[in-house]
Amino acid sequence: MNIHEYQARDLLRRFELPVPPHAVAATAEAAVDAARGFGFPVVLKAQVLAGGRGKAGGVKLVRDPEAARAAAASILGMRIKGLAVRSVLVAPAVDIARELYVGITLDRGAGRPVLMLSAAGGVDIEEVAASTPEKIHKVHLDPLRGLPAHTARRLAFAVLDDGPSALGLARVCARLAAAYEALDATLVEINPCVVTKQGEILALDAKINLDDNALGRHADLEALRDLEAEDARETKARGKSLSYIHLDGDVACVVNGAGLAMATMDLIQHHGGRPANFLDIGGSSNPEKVITALEIIQSDPNVRVILFNIFGGITRCDDVAKGLLQAIATQPPRVPLVVRLIGTNEDKAREMLKDAAMETATGMDEVVQKAIAAARRSGAAA
Amino acid sequence: MSILADRSTTVLVQGITGRDGSFHAQQMRAYGTRVVAGVTPGKGGTQVHDIPVFDTVAAAVTATGATASTVYVPPLAAADAICEAVDAGVQLVVCITEGIPVQDMVRTLPYVREHGARLLGPNCPGLITPGAAKLGILPGSICTPGRVGVVSRSGTLTYEVVYELTRHGLGQSTCVGIGGDPLIGTRFVDTLELFEKDPGTAAVVLIGEIGGSDEEDAAAFIASRMSKPVVAFIAGRTAPPGRRMGHAGAIVSGGSGTAAAKVAAFEAIGVRVADTPSGVVALLRQVIGAEAS
Repeated sequence: MNIHEYQARDLLRRFELPVPPHAVAATAEAAVDAARGFGFPVVLKAQVLAGGRGKAGGVKLVRDPEAARAAAASILGMRIKGLAVRSVLVAPAVDIARELYVGITLDRGAGRPVLMLSAAGGVDIEEVAASTPEKIHKVHLDPLRGLPAHTARRLAFAVLDDGPSALGLARVCARLAAAYEALDATLVEINPCVVTKQGEILALDAKINLDDNALGRHADLEALRDLEAEDARETKARGKSLSYIHLDGDVACVVNGAGLAMATMDLIQHHGGRPANFLDIGGSSNPEKVITALEIIQSDPNVRVILFNIFGGITRCDDVAKGLLQAIATQPPRVPLVVRLIGTNEDKAREMLKDAAMETATGMDEVVQKAIAAARRSGAAA
Repeated sequence: MSILADRSTTVLVQGITGRDGSFHAQQMRAYGTRVVAGVTPGKGGTQVHDIPVFDTVAAAVTATGATASTVYVPPLAAADAICEAVDAGVQLVVCITEGIPVQDMVRTLPYVREHGARLLGPNCPGLITPGAAKLGILPGSICTPGRVGVVSRSGTLTYEVVYELTRHGLGQSTCVGIGGDPLIGTRFVDTLELFEKDPGTAAVVLIGEIGGSDEEDAAAFIASRMSKPVVAFIAGRTAPPGRRMGHAGAIVSGGSGTAAAKVAAFEAIGVRVADTPSGVVALLRQVIGAEAS
């Protein structure tokens, strides 16, 4: 789960990281009031769950109320990577001497979190990693000891010469490691982490991704979820334990299992169609899930056919068939259905569906080809 | 012959009184697996489908000598269940549970390793040696004994490929689902090493997906250490970057973990990659000839 910068700043303060004060405003007027409270100059930053805010013009330094009003109004009217900016963060400007990068994420290959510290902050860290990898200092966190203070100091002194600043940076690294672990984060990042002209270390930005699987033991963090920033269909799907991702094509698919769902999307493209979504109904046999899946899919106006590809293992084909029949009885689908149910109880399912108005198939290639043909027919008819 | 499990494997079921544990204990036993015990704390002394239930794994192992465990306990308790099995001396732990926090696995994987045990999963369908034993949830009906080893990060996609193999007369030595999470106990390279050593396996089908670099590591292993032919399939060619495709491990991030990179890694060392799940059969026939099937 992604959270906003202002939420991440609040969380990092809990772990005593040096985050300067900020205010959050939803209107230009409120932004000006907040700026007056801090005193000019201030920085205004778009709050949106996407990267590249600076490049999109969503970060501005302003020196007086008029400029603040104009900049806040412009930022609040923006869309960044398709997402509407609904609030702006206001924070006092800082005299920056150096910009550093510090972040922690999971190193899958090593099976441990890795802390990365770079003297070249403020820019795309992936670019630094690709062009000048020697500028990134890395250390893995120990599963039991985390980041020991002496390891943090070694890293900090590799990047900064000035003693007091380096010790401040070492504290930032150690506290960030503590935050990563305590929050069950999958990413914590401060970019830029700056050294001021006075030698002080400050976290001028904060990015945190949280492990969805761990939210069950962090009720306070689950409450940070911004439902308005999500695709409404994806939110509805999650409520029923479905995994749905919207795509731009016209062939919708309902599949059990993430790997088979991806392979079904790939096969749609392989045979010349365009997938409308990723949808994994998971391993259970609950007919409710099928009903919800059909509702979500049909709310996408681009969809011209719905393909079912179910390989029954734990999932029983007759349960999926039951859900299908219930869903159709409640609300007849506006587009054709092409259905393949195979594996556990497939004979029962076939018998149940034999009088229903839908095309069936036995092979995976067959169901995909039939669905693409049906999409073309219903496209031509529309 | 086979890898990881055979007729002699004795299995206990952690979480046997739950809905999934109870159902699959019965399914595993119906397949012929020697399911000797179940564990649910607080339910010791009862029975599930005539299988004795114990309060702790240690008690179950002492009473039955079980050598393997299958874990069906809820996600926030599953890492501890894995460690409990390891503490009791269980050699092979198969964790079916999906949704374990990744930091739990950061702490658990070294623990399993230090105790000399093997973990399969988490978030995996388990393994099946056709005609001998199954540990997990793979449907036995789609498998048939033979000489093709199957290893996969997925569940139902594995069934799809195995179903195609069986339908075309290509039996399997063992089918292994290693799991869809970012951190798993047994990776492609570990399984390939076992298949390479197994005299009952003539060729291997590897089913990968986007995310991470385990497929690239597998390609390097195959190039340097494997004599047996391998064919592959990679899911997720159409997946958009930055979105988690169901599996916690299936995400393309920062330009790494793409299907294209994985296909290229295999093709660079001469491992053919099928365009479709059904295409695996033809590629496999080309590399093994008639004798192995």
